Amino acid sequence: MPRGEWTYDVVVVGGGHAGCEAALAAARMGCRTAMVTLHLDNIALMPCNPAIGGVGKGQLTREIDALGGEQGRNADRAFIQLKMLNTSKGPAVRALRAQADKRLYEDWMKVVLSRTPNLDLLQGEVASLDVSRETIRSVRLADGRCVRCRAAVLATGTFLRGKVVVGDRSYPAGRVGELPARRLSASLLAAGIELDRFQSATPPRVDGATIDADRMVVQQGDSQPLSFSHWRVPALRRQVPCYLTHTTPVTHEVVSAHLHLSPLKSGSVSGKGPRYCPSIDRKLINFPEKERHPVFVEPEGVTTREMYLQGLTTSLPVFVQEKIIHATPGLEKARLIRPGYAVEYDYLPPQQLTLGLESKTVKGLFSAGQVNGTSGYEEAAAQGLVAGINAALYAQDEPPFFLRRDQAYIGVLIDDLVTKGVDEPYRMFTSRAEYRLLLRHDNAAERLSHLGHKLGLISAEQLVIVEKKQQGLAEFTDLLDTVQVRACEDSNRVLEELGTMPLEESQSAAKLLRRPQVTYEDVIRLVGSSDRERISQAPPEVVEQLEIQARYEGYIRRQMSEIRHQRATETLGIPADFDYWSLQGLTYEAKDKMSRIRPATLGQASRVPGVSPADVSVLLIHLHRSQLQRSVEMPEMSFE
Amino acid sequence: MDAKQMTPSLVASEPVSPSWPEDTIVAISTAIGAGAIGIVRLSGPDAIPLAGAVFRPQRSAPLGAEETYSLLYGHVVDPDTSEMIDEGLMAVMRKPRSYTREDVVELHCHGGVAAQRAVLRLLIRSGARSAEPGEFTRRAFHNGRIDLAQAESVAAIVAARSTAALRASVRQLNGGLSERLQATRRCLIGLLAQIEATVDFSDEDVEELDWESLGGQLSSVESDLGRLLDTAFVGRALSQGVRTAIVGKPNVGKSSLLNALLMRERAIVSDIPGTTRDTVEELVEIGGIPIQLVDTAGLRSSGDHVERLGVSRSVEAMEQADLILVVVDLAAGWDEADRRLLSGLDPRRSIVIGNKADLVEDAQALLCDLAECLGLLSRERLNDEHGKACGKTGLSLEAGWRIVAVSALTGHGLEDLRLLIQETAAEGHEFCLDEPILANERHRALVQESFEWTGSAIAGVARRAGEELVCEDLRSAVGALGRITGEELTPDLLDEIFSRFCLGK
Repeated sequence: MPRGEWTYDVVVVGGGHAGCEAALAAARMGCRTAMVTLHLDNIALMPCNPAIGGVGKGQLTREIDALGGEQGRNADRAFIQLKMLNTSKGPAVRALRAQADKRLYEDWMKVVLSRTPNLDLLQGEVASLDVSRETIRSVRLADGRCVRCRAAVLATGTFLRGKVVVGDRSYPAGRVGELPARRLSASLLAAGIELDRFQSATPPRVDGATIDADRMVVQQGDSQPLSFSHWRVPALRRQVPCYLTHTTPVTHEVVSAHLHLSPLKSGSVSGKGPRYCPSIDRKLINFPEKERHPVFVEPEGVTTREMYLQGLTTSLPVFVQEKIIHATPGLEKARLIRPGYAVEYDYLPPQQLTLGLESKTVKGLFSAGQVNGTSGYEEAAAQGLVAGINAALYAQDEPPFFLRRDQAYIGVLIDDLVTKGVDEPYRMFTSRAEYRLLLRHDNAAERLSHLGHKLGLISAEQLVIVEKKQQGLAEFTDLLDTVQVRACEDSNRVLEELGTMPLEESQSAAKLLRRPQVTYEDVIRLVGSSDRERISQAPPEVVEQLEIQARYEGYIRRQMSEIRHQRATETLGIPADFDYWSLQGLTYEAKDKMSRIRPATLGQASRVPGVSPADVSVLLIHLHRSQLQRSVEMPEMSFE
Repeated sequence: MDAKQMTPSLVASEPVSPSWPEDTIVAISTAIGAGAIGIVRLSGPDAIPLAGAVFRPQRSAPLGAEETYSLLYGHVVDPDTSEMIDEGLMAVMRKPRSYTREDVVELHCHGGVAAQRAVLRLLIRSGARSAEPGEFTRRAFHNGRIDLAQAESVAAIVAARSTAALRASVRQLNGGLSERLQATRRCLIGLLAQIEATVDFSDEDVEELDWESLGGQLSSVESDLGRLLDTAFVGRALSQGVRTAIVGKPNVGKSSLLNALLMRERAIVSDIPGTTRDTVEELVEIGGIPIQLVDTAGLRSSGDHVERLGVSRSVEAMEQADLILVVVDLAAGWDEADRRLLSGLDPRRSIVIGNKADLVEDAQALLCDLAECLGLLSRERLNDEHGKACGKTGLSLEAGWRIVAVSALTGHGLEDLRLLIQETAAEGHEFCLDEPILANERHRALVQESFEWTGSAIAGVARRAGEELVCEDLRSAVGALGRITGEELTPDLLDEIFSRFCLGK
C-alpha cells in the first residue's frame, strides 16, 4: 500500500445523524467502513432543538429502529423527557417525542460507533472525490490522505460552503464555531453533480438559572414508561420539564423596530428556508394580526443550564436578540448565552438520486440527510440508514434496497425527495403519507423488521419478539371472530351503560369491538364466562393492536385493496437506460422530466411532476408492448 | 446517455413546443352537412407547405412567410391537373399559438360536402394523414395546451350533435367546469387543512378545531357537489340525447310517428301488426334538446318467438327511457291493454298520443274520451266538465299528465307534440347552459365519488369519529376531484396549511 493510502468498502463523509446511521449500517452489514468527519468531538450533534421525534418524525425514528438503526435506541438512552403526542387523536397519528440531553446523546452515539466492528473513525476534511468512468474510486482529504473505497456516502449536513449569518455579519462556517467544507463542492460540480443553496436557522439559548419559571406554563413528560426502541423494556426515569411562554405585542414592537436589520430584509441570506420553521421576524411579516406566538423553553441537558427558545428562531443582530428575549414574559432577566443564527449551505437537489439514494451521475456515490435538501435529525437518520444499506449492498454487488410508499414513512420521504424534488428544506408530516392509517408508529416493527433481518441489521432474537407479537395478534383476532356475545339482559345492560345499541341477536366479539364506544376491556365483560378467561389473556400490546384494527377496519381494508391495485404499477420496472425521447405520444415535458429523473418504476413515473395520466398510459402501453417490463426486486409487505 | 446530455439546451430554447417529429394530420373539422361553410384542418410540422401546395392565394406573394393568424383569400387547386376545386379562405396559425400548439392551417371552403371531401383527398394525396377521431385534441392535450377535463370536453364537442350540447361543451372548454371543480376542491382542501394542522402540529400553536362549524361548511360543499351532480342528467341528455321510447300496442303507428318526427323514412312501416321487431334508434333535435327516439315493437302477447323477443326489448327500452311516448290508435279505439300500460308509468315523464287523428271526425272529443277512459282526467273537474268537448289545451288532467292528438300521416298536431316533448324533457332539469354541467360520464362518476366521501366525512364529524378518519374521507373526496382536473393533493394541502397557520417551533 502506498504511503498515505487506506482502503475501505464504504467511506461515510460526515458524522451527523445521517452519517452515523450510514456508517453503522454499512459496518454492521459486514463492510469495512470509515467515517470521516471534520471533528471527532462533534459526532451526532443536535445543533438545533434538543429533541428527537414528534408527529411524523417519531414514526421515522420508530422505523429506523425497526430496520436496525440506532436513533431510537440512542434517544432512549439520552432522553430527559418523553411524551406521547396526539393522545386525544387516533392511534395512526400518535407519535413519541423525546427531549434529549444533547451531550448524553452525542456521547452514547460515539460509544456505539467506537464499539462497532468494521468501523473506523477518521478526522479530517474531505476535499475531493476521485471519479473515473462515472464511478467513485476514492475520497481525498485536505491533509493529503487518500481513502480508496467502493462506495461513499455524503452526509455533509450544512457544511458544504456553509456560511453563518447573524445580523449584518456573515462568515464561512458549517455551524457557529466550526469550519465549513470549503473545497468538496467544487469537486462535486466537476463530477457533474448539481448544487443549490438552502438556509436554516436556530434560536438563541439562555441560561436556565435566569428564567422566571413561575411566569410560564410547566410542561411535563408522560408518567407512564415509554420507549422509541422496540427491543428495550421501557423504563421510567426522572424527567425534566419544559416551559411555555408567549410573545406579547411589546415583544413584537421590538422585532418590528429592528426588522430593517433582519437578514430577511437586507438580503444577506439568499438560500430558501423552511416555511414550517419561520424565524420570529418572518412570523411578524406573514401574520401581523397575531398578537402572540408561543415560545417553548426547553432544557438542552442535565449537565448544562442552557435552555433552547423554541419559537424565537432569528438571525437578527445579537443586541436585538437580547431585547426580544427580555421583552418576553418570564425571560425578562434571561441571560443570552448562545445567539441564534442562520446558516446557508450547498445541497444536492435530490432528483439527481435514485430511490436507493445513489447519484445517477456518479456510481457508488450515495448521499443522505441535510445535503439532500431535508431538515430534521429523523429525516437525516432515515436517509443515512438507507444510504448506508445501499452503499454496503453496492460494495457487495447486491441489488439496491428501497421501501415503497405503502411500506414506510421512509419510503414516502425518499420517493418524495427523488421524484418530486424540494423547493424548501423537506420535513416529514403525516399528511404526506397517503397510507397514514397503515404506517403507524405502533406497527413499525411488524412492517419492517423482517426486512432489517434480511439485511443483517436485525438479529434472529429480535425478529422472534416481533413474530411472537404477530402470532398473538393472529390468534386473538381469530378468537374474537369466533366468540359470540349473546343478546341477553346482562350484555345489553353493559352496552346501554356504554351508550351503544343493545343486541337483538348474538354477535361476534370482533364486531362489537368495532363499535367506537366498546373497548377490549368491555368485550371481556360482555363475553360469556366460558370465553372470558381465554380472551382476557391477551397481552397489552396485542390488545392495543386489536383495538386499532377494529377502529380502522373498513379504512384499512380499502387502503390495502388500493395498494394491491397500485402494486402492478409500483413493481413494473422501467429500464435505467430507457429512451423517452424516442417514444411517440409523450409530452415534451414528460420526456424531459422522466429522462432526468429516470423513474425506477411506472409508479414512480406517475408521481413525477409534469407527467400526466395520459403520459403514464402511453408509457405503460409501450412497456407492455416492447416486453421491456421486468418486475423490480421489491421487498414484500409484512402484513398481507 | 444522449438524451440526458441534450436536455439542458432543449429546456432553455423550447420549453413547450413538441420535440418529436410527428406527422401532419388532416380532417374535415365541421360536422358533415351542417352549415354552409366547411373547415378542413391540418396540424403538424408540414401543415403550411401541404396547404400551400393546394391553395393558390389571390395575392401573388409566395406562401410560407405568413404571420400567425393571417387569413388569405384564394382558391383550392389540384396541383396535378390545375383544376379549381373550390374558392375559400386559408387561416394560418403558427406554433405554439394554435389549438394543438403545432402549425395549424384551416381551409374554409364553401362548396358543400363534396368539395370538402375533394379538398381532403387532395391533401391526403399530398402527404397529410387522415386524423383519427379526437387526434387534434390529443395533440393539444399532449402539448400542454389544455388540461384533462378540457380535453374530455373537446371529445364531447366532437360528439355533440346539437346546438345546445355544443354550447355546453364550449362553456366547459372555457374552463367553466374546471373552474367550478377547482373552487370546490380548494374549499375541501381548506377544510382538510384545518384538521390536518391539528394533527401534524398539535404541539404547536394551532387553534382547537370547531367541529360544529366544520360540519356546516362541509355540508355546504356537499350540496354544491349535489347540485353539480344534478346537472349530470342534463349533461347526459345533451351528449347522448334524452332517451325517448315510443311504445304502444301493435299497429297504432309508432314507426310512422318516428318517421314523422325525424321528417324522413327511417323505420319500415306496414299495415301488418308487429312489423317492427327490434328497437330502432334515431337522434333528433327538438327545441335545442337532443332527443334519442327509440321505436319499439308493439306490446302484446304473441306466439311468434322473434316478436316476443322484440316485445321484451320494448319493455327494456321503456325501463331505460327518460321519456315515454304512449301511442294509442284513436280510430281503432283503446282497451284494457292501454290502461295497463299507462298504469305503470310516471306521468311526469310520459306523453299520451292519440294517433291517426286524420281517420276520425272529432279527434278532440275522442281524445277527451280517451283521457277519461284511461283515468287521466282530473277528479275535481270531472263533474263539471264531463261530456263537454275539450279544447286543444283545455283538457284538465290529473297532475302531470299530457295528452295530444296527432296524425303521423298528415303531420297534424306534430308541432304540439314537439312542444310537449320539449316541455317534458326539460322539466325538473333546468337546461340552463350558463352553468357548467357534467357532460362526461367519467367526470360524473368522480363527482359522485367525491360527494359520497364528503357525506361520509360529515357523518364522521357528527359522531366525532376522530380527526384522522375524517381526514381520510376528505382526502378521498379531494382526490376524486383532483382526478378530473389532474391536480395533486399534498403540495396544495401544505400551501394551505402554511398560509393559514403560523407554525414554527
